[in-house]
Order: sequence, then C-alpha cells, then structure tokens
Amino acid sequence: MAEVEGGCELFSAGHRACGGCGPALAARLLLKATGKNVIIAAATGCMEVFSTPYPETAWGVPWIHSLFENPAAVASGIEASLKRQGRTEKVVCIGGDGSTLDIGVLCISGAFERGHDITYICYDNEAYMNTGIQRSGATPYGASTTTSPAGSCSLGNPRPKKDMPAILAAHGAPYVATASIAYPNDFVQKVERAINTPGPCYIQVHTPCCTGWGFESGETLNMAKLAIETGLWVNYEMVDGRVEKAKKVSRKPVEEYLQKQKRFRHLFKPARRDDVIAQIQGIADANAERFGIDIKRKESSE
Amino acid sequence: MLEFMEGSHAVAEIVKRCRPQVIAAYPITPQTHIVEDLAQMVANCEIDAEYITVESEFSALSACLGASAAGSRVYSATTSQGLALMFEVCFNAAGMRQPIVMTIANRSLGAPLSIWNDQQDSISLRDSGWLQFYAEDNQETADLHMIAYKVCEDHDILLPAFVCFDGFILTHTFEPVALPTQEEVDAYLPAFNPYQRLDAENPLSFGMYATPEYYMEFRYEVDQAMQRAKQAFVKAGREFGEQFGRDYSALVEGYRLEDADTALVAMGSICGTVKDAIDEMRENGRKVGLLKIRAYRPFPAREIADALKGVSTVAVLDKNISLGNGGAVGTEVKSALYGSGISVYDYIIALGGRDVRKKDIAAVVDLAEKGKGDMFYGLRTEVL
Amino acid sequence: MALRVGCVAAPGRALENKTGGWRVFKPVFDPENCTKCGMCAMVCPEGCVRETEEGTFEPDLDYCKGCGICVEICPKKGIRMEKEEK
Repeated sequence: MAEVEGGCELFSAGHRACGGCGPALAARLLLKATGKNVIIAAATGCMEVFSTPYPETAWGVPWIHSLFENPAAVASGIEASLKRQGRTEKVVCIGGDGSTLDIGVLCISGAFERGHDITYICYDNEAYMNTGIQRSGATPYGASTTTSPAGSCSLGNPRPKKDMPAILAAHGAPYVATASIAYPNDFVQKVERAINTPGPCYIQVHTPCCTGWGFESGETLNMAKLAIETGLWVNYEMVDGRVEKAKKVSRKPVEEYLQKQKRFRHLFKPARRDDVIAQIQGIADANAERFGIDIKRKESSE
Repeated sequence: MLEFMEGSHAVAEIVKRCRPQVIAAYPITPQTHIVEDLAQMVANCEIDAEYITVESEFSALSACLGASAAGSRVYSATTSQGLALMFEVCFNAAGMRQPIVMTIANRSLGAPLSIWNDQQDSISLRDSGWLQFYAEDNQETADLHMIAYKVCEDHDILLPAFVCFDGFILTHTFEPVALPTQEEVDAYLPAFNPYQRLDAENPLSFGMYATPEYYMEFRYEVDQAMQRAKQAFVKAGREFGEQFGRDYSALVEGYRLEDADTALVAMGSICGTVKDAIDEMRENGRKVGLLKIRAYRPFPAREIADALKGVSTVAVLDKNISLGNGGAVGTEVKSALYGSGISVYDYIIALGGRDVRKKDIAAVVDLAEKGKGDMFYGLRTEVL
Repeated sequence: MALRVGCVAAPGRALENKTGGWRVFKPVFDPENCTKCGMCAMVCPEGCVRETEEGTFEPDLDYCKGCGICVEICPKKGIRMEKEEK
C-alpha cells in the first residue's frame, strides 16, 4: 500500500462534502492507492465541487478540472504529453456516474478505443447528485429521483443501470472492475492493479449517497454492503474482457436494501408495490446468475 | 527561398518547425490537408510529437488543454462546425490560461450546411478570450503561427490564439511561401517554458471553481492579459521582422490610406482583392484606401481610430453577420469611430463562399460614397 | 492574497475550513477495547481519525462532521455518538 507522507492525507480534511459522503471516502482511498506520483483529471460534479472552491483545494496531488464531460479527453492529452516528456506520473480520471455514463461517453469511448495508458475511476452514486439528485444512466430501476420521480403514474426510474463496465471491456480495455467503498481494501487493491496495468483501465466504485438516497449518514458503508449482499451491486473484475473473481455472497432479498432508502420508499408507502419489488429482485437474480455470486449451499446431509 | 505550395501545406510545415509535442486534431473540410500533412510528417518521424486521432473536435481541444497543462506545446486546427463544437472548451481554455495555438480554416456555419468560406466561425467566438489573427495570404498565415506561439507563451499573456486563414481561398491555393529553417524558428521561438504545470514534484489544482467572491476578478485578469497582448504582438511582430525581414509589428495595416477620402476595412484574404481594386480605382482618380485588420482580438479600437483620421467615409466588409445586428467587425469599427464624424457603413459580403471581385469592391465604394450601406451586398434578389 | 493565474491553487488550504463546526453529534472513542484494526481511520470520509501514540485512534474534532460511519464500522462497537453541547 502506498505510503502517506508524515501522516498527511493526500486528500485533506476541510472539504465540503456532506457528512458521511461515499465519494469523499472514495477520493481518500484512491489517493492511498496512487500515492503522490499521479495526475488526476476530474469531471465537474460533487467530488470536484466539494474539494476545490478557490483557493481551498483538498487535493495534495496534481489535479485538473476542465469540464463535465471531458476528463478522458483531457487525460488523453496529459498522457501523450507525459510520454513525450518521459515522465512517470500515472494519469487517473475521476468522474461521477452522470459524467461517465452519460455526457462523457464520447470522450471516454475515444480514449479507450485509442488505448491510452490511463485509469478511469467512476464513482457511482447513481444520480446527478451535485445538481440535486437527478436521474442518470446509472440510476437503478425503480429509484425515485427529481427527474424520474415516483408519482401517481410513475414508479420512478423506468430503466436499469447502463452496463458501463461491459461497454468499456468491449473497447478492449485490459482491466475493468467494479468495487465498493464497503470493501475499502479491495477498492485500493483494484486501483493499484489498474494503474499498473498498461492501457486504459476502468473501475466503477459504488459510493452510496446519504443525501440523495435518503438514509442516515452513518449508514453509508452498511448500505454499500447491503447492495452487494442483495446482488444489486456485484464486485467483479474483467481481465481482457472475461469476468474473473466476482465476490460471492449469501444473498439477502432486495427488500432489505430497498426499505432502508427514501428513494425507494414509494415501493412500500402508501401501498406496497410488490410487482416493482419483484422486478428489482429479478435484476438481482439475473446479476447472481450472470456473475455466479451465490455461495453454493452444501448438500443437506439429512 | 520561395517554394510554391498549398496553403495548408505551408501551415503544416511551419507547425512542424514550431515543435509541438502533442497534436490533437479531428478532420473537417477545409482543414483536412493540414492534419493529413502533419500525420504524414509524424509517420515519417519528421516531428517529435504525439499525434492523437481524437473522436471529435470537442475532444481535440480538451486533449490539447490537458497536454498543455501537463507542460507541452500543443497544436490543433479546425473550422466551422468543429469550432462550434469546441465552444465550451474554448472558454475553458482561455479561462485556464493555456497558450494553445489553433489554426482556423475559416468556413461558414450551418444551417444551412456550407463548406465554403466566410469568417463567421472564429468571429462568433470573439467573446471567448482567444487572441484572433487574420492572414491575407499564405506567407502571412505561416508567419502568424510563429508569432502566435511567441505571444501566447509569454508569461505575461498566457492566452490561446486562433490563426485564421480563409478556407479554400487560402487553404487550397498554391502560393510562393518562404519557409524558415528549423534553426531560424528555434532562434525566434524557444522551447516551451510553461508558467505552471501539472507535476507531482510540485502539485497544483488546476481549474478550481470560483464563487462570486472571486469570479469577476479572474475575468478581469483575462481581459487585462488580452489588453497586454496588443503590445506583446507588436513586439513579437517587430522581432519577427528583424529576424525574417517581414514586419508584423502592426495590429492594423493601411494600404494607400494616407490621403484617402474613402477607406475600406477588411480582414483576411479579401484584402488582396481589395488592394487590386484600390489600385484600379486610384488610376481612375478615386482616393480610396484599405485598413486591414490583422489582430481582431484584442480589438485594436484605438489603432483603427488613429489610422482612419482624415477619412470621411468608411466601408467595412463583413464576411460574417451577427444575426439581428449586422456585421460584427462593422459594429466594432463604428464603436471605435464613435464621435469622429466619419460615416461608417457595413456590408455583409461573400457569405458561404460567394465570390468577390474587384468590381464588387468598387461597387461597395460607390454605395458608401452615396451614403447607402448597412446592408447585404450582392443579394440574388431573383431567388428571394 | 493575489489571485493565482488560471484559478489554480497549491495544496493545503482546504484545512483552513474547519468542518468540525458542522457537527450535531460527536463520536466518542473508547481506547480500552480497541483492537487497533485501523478501520475507523480507513473509512472516515474526512480522513480525520488519527492514530495515537498508543496505537489506538481518536477523531480530530476540528474536522469531524459527526457522520457516524466510524461508529458503524468498529468491529468492537467501541465508538458511540454523543449529542454535542455547544
């Protein structure tokens, strides 16, 4: 694990994230993995805004923010420049799910197709949080956001999450992974692997948002763990396009996860929507099947 | 030594000599020959640069921005729709004070779609904080690139620049051009020395956000840098003249203006046609002159007012239109001449590649002297 | 202090913003049963849980926002939240 100099965090306190912020933890863990020899290209979003109001920057490493949708293109330029200059800093992009799955797809696709030696970290809090909790391509099925609100004729977001890891694996990325702040050491290890794998690598890290999802700030990691335990989030790695090592779980029913978040409250109150809950369970079951995450129970010895 | 070459090729040759480390470009008519020539040079190891075949113009300028911030001299080229797609990044790059030099092969903006020349594209970004230089011929186009890098990279300036030359009219025509040697360019334009850069040895956060407490002062500072760029250009242009024998120390340049009653004001290749028309009109006893604008941003208002003292009528040729308000250059020239008593008329001309001939220039002068202006020149009324 | 060209800043100044003032509840750490696993320090979104000389951990109350993640993560339930008297 990379050393942090003299106890000083490379991502310092004093940033303006909400208490209990998942992405803030992801930023800290990211820099633990990269150490000092890194250049970060960041997208506009929660993490950028809470960490860099002029002149109070929380970043102790070189960092650049240009626009919302272009960190992958900016990083392509940085990587090319470093190559010409013979410099060794790792180039790491960081953007939220809105930036990565939606508005930034052009740039990220181009960068991955060209095979730049960069790592792209998407912190996935499943909506455009910085602008006030609007729906993104990563918003899960049935979640209520301000632009996909539950209402008398709406069940919330009508679409499943866009499968960005598969899209980038299809670009020929040598290493693609999902991670979660519920397993911080796993995330750190995956970042270390990604930055040391030549070529474009991608990690989508699940970072629950207490403000946007509607749960108590202390529950952030519990929520992240429950997402994995229900199969709604799967931690896995793809090496040269093939899934390896998905985290196995003793699966819990999705209801345990949904009940704890205001964004799914409409599935329980004023009346239970068992149809929607069943559909969400179906998504979890499909994930379990696809990635093989169910711990096989031993044969009964009766 | 003069060589006969295509305008685009002259640009590629000069850019090669300016030693960019990173080139990011997306093809678009009529700029394609520039990026193709550069690609061939890279493929033959004639340039020591990374050539990024980006997936859009938006990405091209974003990549240039990243590479520039990381400490490399960069280059790109675009036009029209591509420049429009870069709109967001243009403002961003100027605000982030990155000294990017980009060739604009001026072309009209759709809709309707047109691949032919006018200057709408670069002029429409006049608010962006980019310096803008317009070339009359291919020699000037080549020379302005070297001067642009020098001005942009000055630590007192640190702004990006468009070097504009007219699509097809200059990009695709063959003219004699004197190309400097690599040693000569190195003597004029030293290696890129960034004011600050992304560097793990000295970490900095670039592109933070500014609250209302700070934003205005940041914008003021960009504007101040723009104002300083006038002097920086004059100085760099004079030094260029001393080294290469072609002087560019003027933001605006008069042609037969000294005793003119009527002056035309124009930018770019149309100036060549205007000069020929003026010579003919002069032979017929008409006292006409031209004020050519070389640097459009920062806008040389004072220099224009000084140059046009003594003229009674001004006809501005606008190869653009600020829809709803006439030509951009005309509007700004009128503002510069406010209070002077000079009659200023604006002519929207040659949009979308419509040809302009000497007789059209003479006709514009006639109209101006009769007090008829602020109009589209040469409309095909039969199709209206 | 003069603006830095390009809206750029050097590291460190975020520390001027003492986010401890945001808290309603503050964490109280019990070193007695601490196994020194370090998870509280690892998962604090502020990075403001620091190791003491004894190898146990304590919060930096200048920055602690009182989110309570450390309370949830401690395997020994050795941290509790207390309403802060202001």
